[in-house]
Amino acid sequence: MDNVLLAVPDAVYEQAKLKVERSRWAVTKFQKLDRHSTSRIVEAVANAAHAKAQFYAEWAVRETGMGVVAHKRQKNEACSRGLIEMYGHEDFVAPRIDTARKIVELPRPAGVIFALIPVTNPVATVFFKTLMALMTRNAIILSPHPGAKEVCTDAARMMIEAARAAGAPDGVIQVIDEPTIPLIEKLIADERIDLVIATGGPAVVKAAYKSGNPAFGVGPGNAPVLVDDTADLKVAAKRIVASKSFDNSILCTNESTLLAFHTIADALLASLKAEGAHICTTDETVKLRKLLFGELGFNVKMIGKDASIIAREAGFSAPGAKILLTLVDLVQPEEKLVREKLCPVLAFARVGNIDQAISCARSMMRTAGRGHSAAIHSRNEVHIMAYAAALPALRVAVNTGCSLGSSGFETHLGPSMTIGTGFAGGSSLSENLTPHHLVQFARIAYNKEASEGFGEFSGLDPLNLPRATHAALSLVATDSSADELRRELRRIILEELKAVLAA
Amino acid sequence: MFDYGHFKFESKQDLFDKSIKYWNPEKTKFWQKAGIDLVIDRREGYCLYDMDGRRLIDLHLNGGTYNLGHRHPELVETLKGALDYFDIGNHWFPSVARAALSEALIRVTPGMKYVVFGAGGAEAVDIAIKSARYATKRRKIVSIIKGYHGHGGLSVATGDDRFSKIFLADQPETFIQVPFNDIAAMEQALKAGDIAALIMETIPATYGFPMPKDGYLAACKALCEKYGALYIADEVQTGMMRCGKLWGWQTYNIQPDIMIAAKGLTGGLYPISACLVNERAGEWLNEDGAAHISTAGGAELGCIVAHKVIEMLHRPETVASVHAVTEFFRDAMADMIQRHGDIFTGVRQRGVVLGLEFAHPQGAVYVSRALYEHGVWAIFSSLDKRVLQWKPGVLLSHAMCQEIMDRFDAAMPRAREFIAAAGKQG
Repeated sequence: MDNVLLAVPDAVYEQAKLKVERSRWAVTKFQKLDRHSTSRIVEAVANAAHAKAQFYAEWAVRETGMGVVAHKRQKNEACSRGLIEMYGHEDFVAPRIDTARKIVELPRPAGVIFALIPVTNPVATVFFKTLMALMTRNAIILSPHPGAKEVCTDAARMMIEAARAAGAPDGVIQVIDEPTIPLIEKLIADERIDLVIATGGPAVVKAAYKSGNPAFGVGPGNAPVLVDDTADLKVAAKRIVASKSFDNSILCTNESTLLAFHTIADALLASLKAEGAHICTTDETVKLRKLLFGELGFNVKMIGKDASIIAREAGFSAPGAKILLTLVDLVQPEEKLVREKLCPVLAFARVGNIDQAISCARSMMRTAGRGHSAAIHSRNEVHIMAYAAALPALRVAVNTGCSLGSSGFETHLGPSMTIGTGFAGGSSLSENLTPHHLVQFARIAYNKEASEGFGEFSGLDPLNLPRATHAALSLVATDSSADELRRELRRIILEELKAVLAA
Repeated sequence: MFDYGHFKFESKQDLFDKSIKYWNPEKTKFWQKAGIDLVIDRREGYCLYDMDGRRLIDLHLNGGTYNLGHRHPELVETLKGALDYFDIGNHWFPSVARAALSEALIRVTPGMKYVVFGAGGAEAVDIAIKSARYATKRRKIVSIIKGYHGHGGLSVATGDDRFSKIFLADQPETFIQVPFNDIAAMEQALKAGDIAALIMETIPATYGFPMPKDGYLAACKALCEKYGALYIADEVQTGMMRCGKLWGWQTYNIQPDIMIAAKGLTGGLYPISACLVNERAGEWLNEDGAAHISTAGGAELGCIVAHKVIEMLHRPETVASVHAVTEFFRDAMADMIQRHGDIFTGVRQRGVVLGLEFAHPQGAVYVSRALYEHGVWAIFSSLDKRVLQWKPGVLLSHAMCQEIMDRFDAAMPRAREFIAAAGKQG
């Protein structure tokens, strides 16, 4: 039917607004649960997610046409049970007592989190953000990218069911089934949302920050990787190819451009080739540049595709290649191939020394990738320190692949599907998102003076405090002048109290 | 100066003067005497604003009319859209809006066959009584003492004689009243076998929402079957998800022969009412469909709004909200009784239908006034002034629920003052 006779309201938006309030109710109940009940829910949801890691890895690749099933499975596992192993021992629920500073901290979860899910890492991000939220007793509304909505809504429903069965309050996890850009723009501005976590393209991140609500938005990556003359070239080549081909470069922490000291460049190229890199000819590089970067920017059809498919689309053959290596002379933003590429195509440039490496890395990050990630393969601490100090990156992964190193899986940064890009990258978040970011604290702070002692708070549970005892109440109808006086006094006191509170 | 474009009032007092002069002197003065000087001006969500700008949270909802809130944006948009195309229609002819709403109502209401529309609740009750009389060829109707079914020619006789005697409309021989929750009395009334129907509010509102005892409604229905009478469920205040399911009777596992929906059916935007009948009660619609006529009954604008209301009530989020609000007030009121047990003695609750019991015989009148001073509007039960009707909307936010209880708590000392003063006078 193409001609609706009556003007009708946007029922999808109206229903979505009801979801927000459902989350608000969920929060009030969730925040009354103790650590044990919370952990039980988190465990149940993580286990349910872990059990379906392969199932959703296959579905995600099928639906989005991006990435590699085995790698997605790995991420799904890391973003389910893996998170329990990382944070399961931490207590985000009980008050923290600091006797030395005479401060008690009461956890104050964010509340209702609106989470935008990217098409590139849909299920892992759904798992990740949901579990982060549950660990900290927040309610979450998942808003999948339209290109991955089937798999995301199904994964969300699986988690909703697991949470419900483990005793979670109604509505702690919800999902927007029919996401559209206008709908999301309206929803993230809803004043009942406490926090927006935006993972996705720059437009999504900007929208999150413009919403007027507190937001963690993270900017795009464009990671340089430097191999200097102290690196173990064979190991470095192996790690770089593995990282660049991991899930076909769909993690925003993937290597964009390899900078090699010219003294080791040829040997490194040989090692890269041995690891499965296809070294493109000048002609193939021209073809790739044309395929990947059109008038409108990066060709999204190539995101997360296999190297051999990209080669074929570009018009040449690279059977069995894990990555395509394109040699470039210029490492400046006008060379399109040194921009962010969410596909297994790696630019390669020779640099004379560490200073030139730094200026090249800074140049390529000038327009994209600020605040994000970089990597270096080196044994030279001076090089490493100089590189990290000079680059606008907030994490520099050393002697590991950048994809899994900067995202915290192969380093101690903390596994995360949300990589803070800090002030430099237009974000209020500078670290890899962890549950710590989703809970704040109300602080009871005593007078510093030594004469004023600190109270005894251990054993006091804010969720279960002894009730104030009320004196036996008598019916007011039995009246006497003494009662009258007492009431009058109470009234005056109350009024004064109100006046003080209102001031 | 209050300039409404079409008319102006110098002041709130000017409005009171004209209300007394032209509209309803006693009703206007009654509220002034009760200390409630409310003239509802702007309204939005679950809030009312007095002419003087004061905000009140509405827990009266005019008997559930504003179940989804005042001027719910989705309903306003629905009505505006309908106004560009429809008017109230012509009752003589089949209509798309009436057919669509009838289908929607029958689909969600087990056991019913047809929908007959009225303009208001009382008309729908009159239709129910007519339908029962046609089906049984009997004339007498049983209702409960202090029941309330509106003010139509037939419906008024089912209610308290305060509303019928004044107009010489009481008909005690034909309209029999029995005490609520008394099964023996009910059987006594039905057993002669000359009763057309028993009409029953699922929870009697104006009586202060006394809860039917376990098995009472089912026993009444069984007695109706035994003695050949029909069971009419008046769902004007208990329907629309207010008891936790669409219709209150569904939560008591009974199957009425006829049921009434009104008030909240159209969100307070365009009044219509509906009488749903089963096959037997609806038989007259096959013999003479024009036997009951109502120009505004089932007005198409109202039907379109009601169709939207039914859709909104069935969203999983709405159902979740009803449960959340229900639990919230259950817990909050239990807490309040602990703190204010000297005056506040009990709670009756099913879903978001609550009656708050106070110790003083006029307790709810004073509490209503104290709450009014604290920005909350809830009305006492006309027929039992110990009981305050507490009717939260199904879509109340948690923040507003919390605000309501903070205000309630703050109002209790003031309520004590009123009650103590009344006690001294008495």
